[in-house]
Amino acid sequence: MATMRDKYAIVGIGHTDYSLSSGRSELDLALEAIMAAIEDAGLGFNDIDGIVGDYPNRVDPMTIATALGMRNFGFFIETDFGGGGVPGGLLHAIAGIEAGRATSVVCYKSLNGSSKLTLPGFAFAVEPHEHGFTRPFGLLAPVAYAALSARRHMHQYGTTSRQFGAIAVACRKHANRNPNAIMYGEPMTIGDHQNSKMIADPLRLFDCYVEADGAAACVVASAERAKNLKQQPVYIMATAQACGPYLSRGTKDPTIEENETSYLAQQLFSMSGLVPSDLDVLQIYDDFTPFVLMAIEDLGFCSKGEGGPFVESGTIEWPDGKLPLNTSGGNLSEGCIEGFNHIVEAVKQLRGASTAQVKDAEIAMVCGANGVATSGLILRR
Amino acid sequence: MPYLPMPPPVPYVESYGFWEGCKRHELIIQRCKDCGTYRHPPIPVCPVCQSWNQHWHKVSGRGTVEAFTIVTRALFPGMLVPYNVVRVELEEQKGLLILGNLIDCHPDEISIDIPVEVTFEDVSPETTMFYFRKAA
Amino acid sequence: MPYLTGLPLPESHVDYNEFWQGCRMNELPVQKCKDCGWYRHYPRPLCPKCYSWNAEWSKVSGKGMVWSWTIITHPIHPAVVDKVPYNLVEIELSEQEGLRLISNLIDCRPEEIHIGMPVEVVFEEVTPEITLPRFKRTS
Repeated sequence: MATMRDKYAIVGIGHTDYSLSSGRSELDLALEAIMAAIEDAGLGFNDIDGIVGDYPNRVDPMTIATALGMRNFGFFIETDFGGGGVPGGLLHAIAGIEAGRATSVVCYKSLNGSSKLTLPGFAFAVEPHEHGFTRPFGLLAPVAYAALSARRHMHQYGTTSRQFGAIAVACRKHANRNPNAIMYGEPMTIGDHQNSKMIADPLRLFDCYVEADGAAACVVASAERAKNLKQQPVYIMATAQACGPYLSRGTKDPTIEENETSYLAQQLFSMSGLVPSDLDVLQIYDDFTPFVLMAIEDLGFCSKGEGGPFVESGTIEWPDGKLPLNTSGGNLSEGCIEGFNHIVEAVKQLRGASTAQVKDAEIAMVCGANGVATSGLILRR
Repeated sequence: MPYLPMPPPVPYVESYGFWEGCKRHELIIQRCKDCGTYRHPPIPVCPVCQSWNQHWHKVSGRGTVEAFTIVTRALFPGMLVPYNVVRVELEEQKGLLILGNLIDCHPDEISIDIPVEVTFEDVSPETTMFYFRKAA
Repeated sequence: MPYLTGLPLPESHVDYNEFWQGCRMNELPVQKCKDCGWYRHYPRPLCPKCYSWNAEWSKVSGKGMVWSWTIITHPIHPAVVDKVPYNLVEIELSEQEGLRLISNLIDCRPEEIHIGMPVEVVFEEVTPEITLPRFKRTS
């Protein structure tokens, strides 16, 4: 697996404005982001010979290809699992190039999360035919799963709502430096977090992501090809997908050591040859604050149960923290582009172009959604 | 009386203009302002030159049958068969194709290249459907 | 009066029908591996422990404890706009550690719910066809 390290790079990124009510279709948004990414890479539309979408996009790769007049495709795929699948899309892009089927692959995500209803009654981590075991009881949205998991973490380790709030406050602080963030101009204190409306005890409004309309995209190519393109490449040191050994489906038991995110960490660190202390900046999928806290533990940045004190310590806050988290605001405050915004921000950090720039950032991690089949990246400049 | 008892079309961002045109009994097709290429169904960028500049253009409604099928098996109860589905190449541009139904026409009368013209029917206060009929 | 009504109901599915039939008869059947004895829920064709295809439906005691809980206070879906606040619990059945199912607690104030609370199943008919397993505090 170590042979993939640094052989591939992100050579272009693009994204739209993120807003609450764009009035634009997912296709419209996707096209803008994809065209921007291709242009950022210094490529033409017909240089793109592979495309990776992500279910549940409402825009499939073939619609993109038709719209952009792309002709010569060697490779296309849609990954799955929403926020769990997004970083893994780059693994698929690499696979397509490695198999000799493509040279420059676009990956994208487009959402009308805010102005349109997202999947109604979407029940997190449950197959559609299993809905009979959740919906009749009122488990109708992912926030309920996060709440049940969070309650166990609090019970087992004494984690508090204020500690979940520390994550929300950090992301909001970073969003307030990012004019494209939906919550730009809306500061949040821990008091604001604690006073925010309870949604599903113990989760409050500010523990939950902000729905957004927006799209983001990137172009992946070999490191060799990257040398001749427009931008300084951002090298992919590691990319992996992982799934947890759930003996019973549903709520993530946060006390179990071996889970999808711990497996992801094993793969990413083994592929890259790094350890957690090598990371300069983190982008962790933040649909709900408790899952970020659990991911920090599962990824090995602190021990199980220590996530609360870790996030309260200032470590995750830019500019003084040692490991700033979600430096453009994340799904919590920039807007939920299901984690593709995390990939874009990681690249910006490594290019020195972030609105909350970590000094001399060399290595960034992107971690996908917690509690579902997931994926991740370690990138370097 | 609609030709087929199908759910009405659901206009969505790019397609609103098309269905608004139908309500006015106009067949309007998206056209690139930069290179003049028509495209259907409507999409945000021109597939030829990738320009975002476009506008709705009223077309003549005349064309020829480029392909057709006669469906003889009802897909769900209440559906009257046989019915036809045609693909019409509009006269404004080679390859400008639009899917529809030919009305007032026996299946035996349908063949490739027959000239057709658009017609409209207000099937409800909210929805006007377009159809084709054989050109005079 | 059932705890929550008007929500989406379980649909017929070949792998799950026996569970819901059991509930209609006021029994809680859980799928159990015939070879290694491991209970599993949600029902599925293969034993996740030993991969055997041999399974049976085993009527469990209905006793367990609250493994986790939440109170939904904000309408998280159009179907519950007029039903909040309500509780949502995850019950660990006493037959096996980790054997859990989602349900609701009846006859219980929100502030009384706690992890570890001993509970037992009760059955609520929500329609003539569907009976749901809910839980109440064990006296």
